[in-house]
Amino acid sequence: MPVSLLYALEVILNGLMAGIMYSLVALGFVLIFKASGIFNYAQGVMALFAAMSLVGFQNGQIPFAEVINVIFNSDVHNFGWTMPSFMAIALTVLLMIGFAFLVERVILRRLVNQEPIILFMATIGLAYFMEGVGDMMWGSDIKNLDVGIPSGGSRWLEDATIGFAAAGEDFYGMYIDVLDVWAAVVAVLLVASLTLFSQYTKTGRALRAVADDHQAALSVGISLRSIWVITWAIAGIVALVAGIMWGSKSGVQFSLSLIALKALPVLMLGGFTSIPGAIVGGLIIGVGEKLFEFYMGPLIGGATENWFAYVLALLFLVFRPQGLFGDKIIERV
Amino acid sequence: MSIQPVAATAKDDKTYAAQAVAHGIEPHVVGEPVMEMKNITLRFGGLTAIKDISFDIREGELRAIIGPNGAGKSSMLNVINGFYHPQDGEIWFRGKKRGPMKPYQIAHQGIARTFQNIALFKGMSTLDNIMTGRMTHMNQNMFWQSLWWGRAEREENENREKVEKIIDFLEIQAIRKTPVGRLPYGLQKRVELGRALAAEPKLLLLDEPMAGMNVEEKEDMCRFILDVNDEFGTTIVLIEHDMGVVMDIADRVVVLDYGKKIGDGTPDEVRNNQTVIDAYLGVSHD
Amino acid sequence: MFYREAGDFKTSYSDDAQTFPIKFDRLRYYVVLAIAFGVIPLLINDYWEKSILVPFLIFTIAALGLNILTGYCGLVSLGTGGFMAVGAYSSYKLMTSFPDLNMFFVVILSGFITAAVGAAFGLPSLRIKGFYLAVATLAAQFFLVWLFNKVPWFYNYSATGQISAPERTVFGYAVTGPAAPPQATYLFCLVFVFLLAWLARNLTRGRIGRQWMAIRDMDIAAEIIGVNPLKAKLTAFAVSSFFIGIAGSLFFAVYLGAAEPTEAFGITQSFVVLFMIIIGGLGSIFGSFVGAAFMIGMPVLLKNVLTGTLGWPTALATHVELTVVGALIIIFLIMEPHGLAQLWRFAKEKLRLWPFPY
Repeated sequence: MPVSLLYALEVILNGLMAGIMYSLVALGFVLIFKASGIFNYAQGVMALFAAMSLVGFQNGQIPFAEVINVIFNSDVHNFGWTMPSFMAIALTVLLMIGFAFLVERVILRRLVNQEPIILFMATIGLAYFMEGVGDMMWGSDIKNLDVGIPSGGSRWLEDATIGFAAAGEDFYGMYIDVLDVWAAVVAVLLVASLTLFSQYTKTGRALRAVADDHQAALSVGISLRSIWVITWAIAGIVALVAGIMWGSKSGVQFSLSLIALKALPVLMLGGFTSIPGAIVGGLIIGVGEKLFEFYMGPLIGGATENWFAYVLALLFLVFRPQGLFGDKIIERV
Repeated sequence: MSIQPVAATAKDDKTYAAQAVAHGIEPHVVGEPVMEMKNITLRFGGLTAIKDISFDIREGELRAIIGPNGAGKSSMLNVINGFYHPQDGEIWFRGKKRGPMKPYQIAHQGIARTFQNIALFKGMSTLDNIMTGRMTHMNQNMFWQSLWWGRAEREENENREKVEKIIDFLEIQAIRKTPVGRLPYGLQKRVELGRALAAEPKLLLLDEPMAGMNVEEKEDMCRFILDVNDEFGTTIVLIEHDMGVVMDIADRVVVLDYGKKIGDGTPDEVRNNQTVIDAYLGVSHD
Repeated sequence: MFYREAGDFKTSYSDDAQTFPIKFDRLRYYVVLAIAFGVIPLLINDYWEKSILVPFLIFTIAALGLNILTGYCGLVSLGTGGFMAVGAYSSYKLMTSFPDLNMFFVVILSGFITAAVGAAFGLPSLRIKGFYLAVATLAAQFFLVWLFNKVPWFYNYSATGQISAPERTVFGYAVTGPAAPPQATYLFCLVFVFLLAWLARNLTRGRIGRQWMAIRDMDIAAEIIGVNPLKAKLTAFAVSSFFIGIAGSLFFAVYLGAAEPTEAFGITQSFVVLFMIIIGGLGSIFGSFVGAAFMIGMPVLLKNVLTGTLGWPTALATHVELTVVGALIIIFLIMEPHGLAQLWRFAKEKLRLWPFPY
């Protein structure tokens, strides 16, 4: 095989992996949007917060250590113990569920009938709030996240593909990060279980009912409040998974929350209300970004990944305003 | 008491006019067709909302479109407005075939409308809403608008005068500055009528203007509609479910059912049409 | 009692449509103007100018612009930062290419350039609505920031990639550059605020303003009654970008002095201006002022209290600021989704009847 084709393949594969990572974040958005019609800008910060808490629990950090130190002139940082990963993960899950309760109680209940733009703004406020609280709880320095997922280039794949190039060409085998492969597996499992959940369980049906029509759902006895708590809890757990994957890959830091912004073009492509759409959209964006940067990047200065996804989604939207799988918007007078 | 307005074509003018004069009422003169719908078919994906419908609307008349729900009445109005584009058929306006046009261009031709579910601009006051109806008559450019003094202010005041006349006509002076979102349903309908009238339209489309009103409000609305038709000579197309109203005030009636036309003529003719009775009117049982 | 409409009858439509129909309001307006133009320049010092007054004026302009687009016309835009950058870089190129051009014209021309760019990026708004449009404006935001980072022509091929504003004078006083006295920068910005607020008022109370509001409230009905959506939306983008471009130009030339795209004009800036108009009140000119004052003043206040009085480390203070801003936004949205301007209107309504409760 010619080396250029091999490189292209490598870029595509890496793009697919990156796309899966985007989809993980986009999934959380879709869930909340389906059930409550809210576009949750805070999803990215939720991932950051979940990852930070996980690391904090793992390392036995004292929450709000900095604040306590300043107020009481003390100098405490750690409890002194460390937690095994699975326990830390369990604790973080509980934390995210608690968070979902709080959000429903304090925010959602009081903004029930507002226009979507107001709800969106509220989630932006929530994002800022969570970021501040997260920083105050665990500190804003970059953290290392390690829950035992293997990472680094896959040696097996490198060795296996090194022979694909034609004789005499320099090709060192394809580089695919094993972490990305694990992320892909997790994402697929997550999507599958969520789809099964929503199609075949009672709660899943209730979720779909609420997504369709709040009033009608209320009239058949579905409690909007518990549905919202469940939705935000699931979204929180999805955020945790995304946080773990991204955090393992590039460390737990503020830029993690910006992933939320990247999820937006994914949603625009896939449609705001479709779970498989989040995956497909993510894949398209991931591959598109990497390919564009690989071929066009050097010509125009590089770093095109900052904006390419948005322009791609924008162009797509002009021709198909509801995205690939979204519900068609029929306007009535 | 209901003396039917005497509907006449231009040809029968003299006979009916003579009769009307004998009865002591003003003859209601109706002119040439101002709009003709020819073989209109409208589809939404697999659903055919309007199947091969043709009818005309004569100048100065009060045309009613009636039929059961889902018959395609509102869709028909949307086609006239240019909001929906029929897959088949032609629309002739004032003797000329109408090419594909955007709704706002059609508005500039002189077609105004009210909506079944009120489409007022909830963020604005009554006065502002009716002023938006003058949109087709206001055209000072950006420069003068930025300045306000001079031409823009003059144009604003001129149009305000016209709007005030409509406000007087509809008796809604007291709610001039109220945001329309706060008004009760009946008043909102009236404001919407005002907005449509503000455009000084040649053709006025009313989509169930009396829905949800009690008898008094209906009588008021009827009076307004008839006044508009009489005083300004505006051609009116009316979708309405209240048969009493339709039979009383309409000159001619089109009956739709499942997207097809099943009746077309004066209220008396339609009332006695068996197909219409079966599909829609029903018979009274003792 | 002293704040009433009773007995104050208008006898012409012009009078009825004026900005301050109640006499008390008019007086208040003149007093504010007198203080702004007459008193403050005598009292101003570097700290107040740099930390509060000049950024307040500049962001008021940006808030007015975004309010026209999002508050009056209903088109959500997250590209404010990017358009401010267009204004800034236009000014830079104009200042360096035409050194004799008066600063007033530099700023106004930058506004027009930004208006053209804004209208271009506004084209998708004809097909895309609501959230989708907000995300589409993100494309503008990220692309523009990238553009000004990567294309050397924009920063005159300088090695640092930064742009810095050369000194310019107006009526003999420097308004840009490090030697500019605070009175000069303040008054320069104030004049722009005054003119642009007046412009915004005139546009929003006339035919164009009604067109925008009609599109915001119900765009289909708007089209059916004769509003040309293409013209109206593009005009909204253009006018809004005009304002935002001027704000960006002043931000760079008068306030910052030197700028680099990601920090000064990144997505954070877009959010800040958006918060301003939400807290201040969508669709309200007064709200733009109030929102800007709030978002500029509150962090300064917090910082002074936390680091000054309480002696907390700055990192922690930043975290607290984030938390407080986020919480306040949520609280505002719950309590009064129509912003401080609505609270103000409420207070005025109550005041009209004072001291009678009903």
